[in-house]
Amino acid sequence: MSVTTPLLELRGVDKSFGSMKVLRDVAFSAYPGEVTALVGDNGAGKTTLVKCIGGIHPYDSGEYLFEGRPVRLGSPRDAAALGIEVVHQDLALCENLDIVQNLFLGRERRRGLVLDEATMEELAAKTLSGLSIRTMGSVRQRISTLSGGQRQTVAIARAVLWDSRLVVLDEPAAALGVAQTQQVLELVRRLADQGLAVVLISHNMNDVFAVSDRIAALYLGRMVAQVRTADVTHTNVVELITSGRSGDLGLPR
Amino acid sequence: MSTNIPEGKEAAVKLADSDFAADRREHDVRAAVGDYWSRVRSGDLGAVPAILGLAGLVVLFTALRPETFLSTGNIANLSTQALPVTILAMGLVFVLLLGEIDLSAGVASGVCAAVMAKLMVDAGQPWYVAVITAIGVGIVIGTAIGWLVSVVRIPSFVVTLALFLGLQGITLRLIGDGGTVPVRDDVIVALANKNMPVWLGWTLAVLCAAGYAATQLWRWRRQRERGLVGRPLVLVAGQVAVIAAALLVATYVLSLDRAPSPLIVISGIPWGVPLVGVLLIICTFVLGRTPYGRHVYAVGGNAEAARRAGINVTRIRMSVFMIASTFAALSGIAAASRLNSITPDAGGGTTLLLGVGAAVIGGTSLFGGKGKARDAVLGGLVIATIDNGLGLLGAKAYANFLITGGVLLFAASIDALARRRRAATGR
Repeated sequence: MSVTTPLLELRGVDKSFGSMKVLRDVAFSAYPGEVTALVGDNGAGKTTLVKCIGGIHPYDSGEYLFEGRPVRLGSPRDAAALGIEVVHQDLALCENLDIVQNLFLGRERRRGLVLDEATMEELAAKTLSGLSIRTMGSVRQRISTLSGGQRQTVAIARAVLWDSRLVVLDEPAAALGVAQTQQVLELVRRLADQGLAVVLISHNMNDVFAVSDRIAALYLGRMVAQVRTADVTHTNVVELITSGRSGDLGLPR
Repeated sequence: MSTNIPEGKEAAVKLADSDFAADRREHDVRAAVGDYWSRVRSGDLGAVPAILGLAGLVVLFTALRPETFLSTGNIANLSTQALPVTILAMGLVFVLLLGEIDLSAGVASGVCAAVMAKLMVDAGQPWYVAVITAIGVGIVIGTAIGWLVSVVRIPSFVVTLALFLGLQGITLRLIGDGGTVPVRDDVIVALANKNMPVWLGWTLAVLCAAGYAATQLWRWRRQRERGLVGRPLVLVAGQVAVIAAALLVATYVLSLDRAPSPLIVISGIPWGVPLVGVLLIICTFVLGRTPYGRHVYAVGGNAEAARRAGINVTRIRMSVFMIASTFAALSGIAAASRLNSITPDAGGGTTLLLGVGAAVIGGTSLFGGKGKARDAVLGGLVIATIDNGLGLLGAKAYANFLITGGVLLFAASIDALARRRRAATGR
């Protein structure tokens, strides 16, 4: 892939909670059409970084470039306006509503006073088909009848329904079985193939190597390496996560 | 675990055509019945328990009091008996949908009715001024509750328990200890004591049945034309037929002469019934067809998800308490009309519990996110039937309390068990 400008680029981002320095001088890029895996041990600052990207936390200092232009996000709404959607680990779906109703929650189509159910159902079916989402049955099923993997799929579909440019997925396969994980990873890959920039947080090295084009490793709040997946081995990445360095990569000795 | 994406991708593309095959296929009756049965088994009981309960009660009381229970006079009495509790329950459905509770709705209805009665009797105001003021008082009470619950964030249980006490004080202050304010205004009294002309009743019933059939069939055609998920025509037609038949039979029974003496004629649908009908249509429309209704269900299902989706949860929470208190005002007016007077304990006692009970018996969940406006009507009929039947049996007051409390607890148990069932089958 000959993409040169990252869709999203962070430079020198610092973030502290009180006296706790959570992110130090972090640089991070995500490219359209690619899956960037964000790895790191518990407490390395992955979630905080994602919240900075999604506009949930303000960062203390640093640069935030979107399509090469500096932007300042004040709220998740600003992020959504740029086309940045975050799928959090707790999926935030209403179990008592069906798939269509969840996909359009808060952004319902209407005709005058009334909900335009027909159009919403058609659009939902089209979006899900476009993502080649199968084994879902009817789009009028309630979320409470869906499996964990299907719920994850609905949450991801909701994130891409709105002409999103960048989708951040926080541990999408964390609680899933083998087959469901496979389905979600396929979906992640398809999102990138459709030209979106995808940021995938994962603890599972197999998943990371299966779908990602780049790997960004956080170690104690520092970005120790951003490399092409093809250029590193399993062991490299594990060492980067656990000790911050691996051969020539990572922190200087 | 090894994942091989390119292979999976091809397989996925091949399968893309068959996605949602279930949506494009016309559901046949067997599939629809199967769907329904699996819903019932997973704890989504819908209106079934209320309808079965109502049928059971009718059979029971008919067997025990064959000559009086099914008499036309008693059926008309039953329909006005159900008015206040049904209207109260319909407002409470909105609050229950959020998983909240309004314990003050009963006494709020008493305050509103007292305000109305005082305005008419002491201030000599016409009925419409009194009614509008009473509804205004209801809105003010609801706004206060809604503000305390959604902005100050006091649990609704505590806020409304405090108001349950406080509002009784206001009614007592307005009416005076041991006092009674008579309600003699023709229009107000007519609500629960006068009947529509027979021809008007028939016209309205036929119009309602035709309108219901038209909207259902129209929706079915539209879903079919655009290839959306829909039910088979047989089921839609069956449902329309059953509802239309119920409407017309009720109209027929209420149009018979039910005067005890042959010298006069009493017939027609009581005026309160179309009022409930109008409220039912409005609430069903708002909950089922508008973005507001959708947001109420969403907040009840998962408030955090609704907030993240950009829904103003505070405003939704506030609004349901305003709706409940407004309906409480209407319920208070209906009760005043039925009793022809206001006493200091108006809306106290069991009023609120029966309202909540009606909503829950109808199928509204106490845990939020599940319920319909029609639940209030079905549950209200069940509650009124119990009250009416026990009255005919000459049951003692203590038995009345015990039985009604037991029924309430039974309905709440079914709700809780159904919810466990739903959680268990949510694969």
